[in-house]
Amino acid sequence: MAFDYEKYIRPGKLPHIWCPGCGHGIVMKGLIRAMDSLNLVKEETAIVSGIGCASRLPGYIDCCTLHTAHGRAAAFATGVKMAKPEMNVILVGGDGDGTAIGGNHFIHACRRNINMTYIILNNYIYGMTGGQFSPCTPTGHKASTTPYGNPDPGFDIAKLAIGAGASFVARGTAFHANQIDKLIAEAIQHKGFSVVEILDDCPTTYGRRNKYKSVIEMMNRLKEVAVPVKAAEKMTAEQLQGKVLTGVLHKVERPEYCEEYAKVIERAGGNK
Amino acid sequence: MSKKVGFLQGNEAAAHGALYAGCKFFAGYPITPSTEVSEVLSIELPKVGGKFIQMEDEIGAMAALLGGALAGQKALTSTSGPGLSLKQELIGYGCIAEIPCVVYNVMRGGPSTGMPTGPSQSDVMCAKWGTHGDHATIALMPASVQETYDMIVRAFNLAEKYRMPVHVLPDEIVAHMRERIEFREPGELEVIDRTAPSVPPSEYKPYDTKFGDVPPLAAFGSGYKFHVTGLNKLPDGFPTTKAEYVQAEEERQIRKVTANIDEIVEFEEFKLEDAEICVVAYGSTSRSARYAVNEAREQGIKVGMFRIKTFWPFPDKQIKALAEKVKGFIVPEMNLGMCSLEVERCAQGKAQILGINRVDGEPINPEQIIEKIKEVK
Repeated sequence: MAFDYEKYIRPGKLPHIWCPGCGHGIVMKGLIRAMDSLNLVKEETAIVSGIGCASRLPGYIDCCTLHTAHGRAAAFATGVKMAKPEMNVILVGGDGDGTAIGGNHFIHACRRNINMTYIILNNYIYGMTGGQFSPCTPTGHKASTTPYGNPDPGFDIAKLAIGAGASFVARGTAFHANQIDKLIAEAIQHKGFSVVEILDDCPTTYGRRNKYKSVIEMMNRLKEVAVPVKAAEKMTAEQLQGKVLTGVLHKVERPEYCEEYAKVIERAGGNK
Repeated sequence: MSKKVGFLQGNEAAAHGALYAGCKFFAGYPITPSTEVSEVLSIELPKVGGKFIQMEDEIGAMAALLGGALAGQKALTSTSGPGLSLKQELIGYGCIAEIPCVVYNVMRGGPSTGMPTGPSQSDVMCAKWGTHGDHATIALMPASVQETYDMIVRAFNLAEKYRMPVHVLPDEIVAHMRERIEFREPGELEVIDRTAPSVPPSEYKPYDTKFGDVPPLAAFGSGYKFHVTGLNKLPDGFPTTKAEYVQAEEERQIRKVTANIDEIVEFEEFKLEDAEICVVAYGSTSRSARYAVNEAREQGIKVGMFRIKTFWPFPDKQIKALAEKVKGFIVPEMNLGMCSLEVERCAQGKAQILGINRVDGEPINPEQIIEKIKEVK
């Protein structure tokens, strides 16, 4: 039987704003499958985003949804989670929103290890504003503000998250659609701050400036560069040149922020 | 039973006033001269099961505050000048998304880092106009430690009643001076909670104007699911660019304050009955003004004081009425003429306006005010 996505879609809110060929819808479907597999209660689930194409995702999902300001999703979500630790809190946003203007909130949410899941849709570009380079645009690539090629080096979001203290970090791609729900479900189940980076495509503002002839070519590139972590163990450094690891990259147990604050309340005598 | 009393700073009183109002959530970032609010609440909030979080920056603190408020908590942040500048975008978010919260901003010298330990009253325009776009503002001005305590309670009441961020703007003198205060007994001050929805979740819309200009606000995690955005929106909370909705929503969000201005605007009239000269003062400056009025009266000058307690919305009606009556206004303030502009606007050329303006980190003393009173022609 076909999966019933409408169970979690807000009635009357489709079609979405995303361009033909954009992978964001594939990620949204993955998120919905993950939520369904965990039987998340809609009223007990908050989906929080910043600004940008990816950040419009929560509006389509029938939960408590909060479309905040540019870069601030993690900080708003921290407030929601602190106030209501029993809620499931999921963050969604793009690479520019999360790692440039929202970079500070991102690393500190990782450091606190607050029990939320952050899905970053990395399409290497600021899509909504017309294709300016982001902290994830590869060096040398073209954007509307790097007409001679990008002089900046890009972030590795997963390494950034691990370095800042996230206790679960995974990476998938929009091509590997069937893996997305599994990665997100495992991230939500993990206690602590979990980050799932999904490599995505933006044919409209990134692809056409960087000589991708079609969406299919962009998707094929995601397929080609992705190497599952297990497979990578058997590969040489030379073979891994230009490849990107996918799957669960990092998973450790570490004290969770809301539980630690509950101990503060206990020490202060506030739970009487 | 004798009342519980204390010898507190304004900042400490603000923290205790917040607890009285039922504040269960504080998000802040350290900044002089407001940090005592954080310090007291980091001790007191967990004792009542509340949450205190020190965020990574001022913007994050404002964001967490709004998140906590949306999850149903009465929420407070404290800051000072540079922090108020940083918080502005999200204060606007609180205005458009209609999220109740209180922003306690201690006014120090500026612009920029300015004089972190020096008193000032130069954030009054920043509180009103700092965030972009049209929006209503409520800002309260305490002049004593007791009033700081009481005004924080009132700020929470106004925030909850009108579903919006409310500013409390003590100057650094009020924030750091110590005075005797009485802790209020339960029931002594009114405490207002936001109106919860009366409809079942399936019928709930977060901006449903059939319930009036201030629609009921559900909490995340209370069985209601809804969408919140900083975009212009429809009654159901979803974005729109339809002209008729955007215009009506913006006007409603301002009307909820302007239509209730008589309830929101509080002030004190001191010896104004027969006054020919009116000193318009607020915050610690009003203490010097009160002394000056008494001294000048002893010298036979008919002078009184209009003390602003609610700076925004500005007491237009009262100043306009005074302008018909007095020959001159004296406006002492620790900035280069911000309140003066408002008094000028209201007086419409009907009375002389003389400002006393200090931005040197020193308070305005009574002698300066008496001198200026004598200059009125």
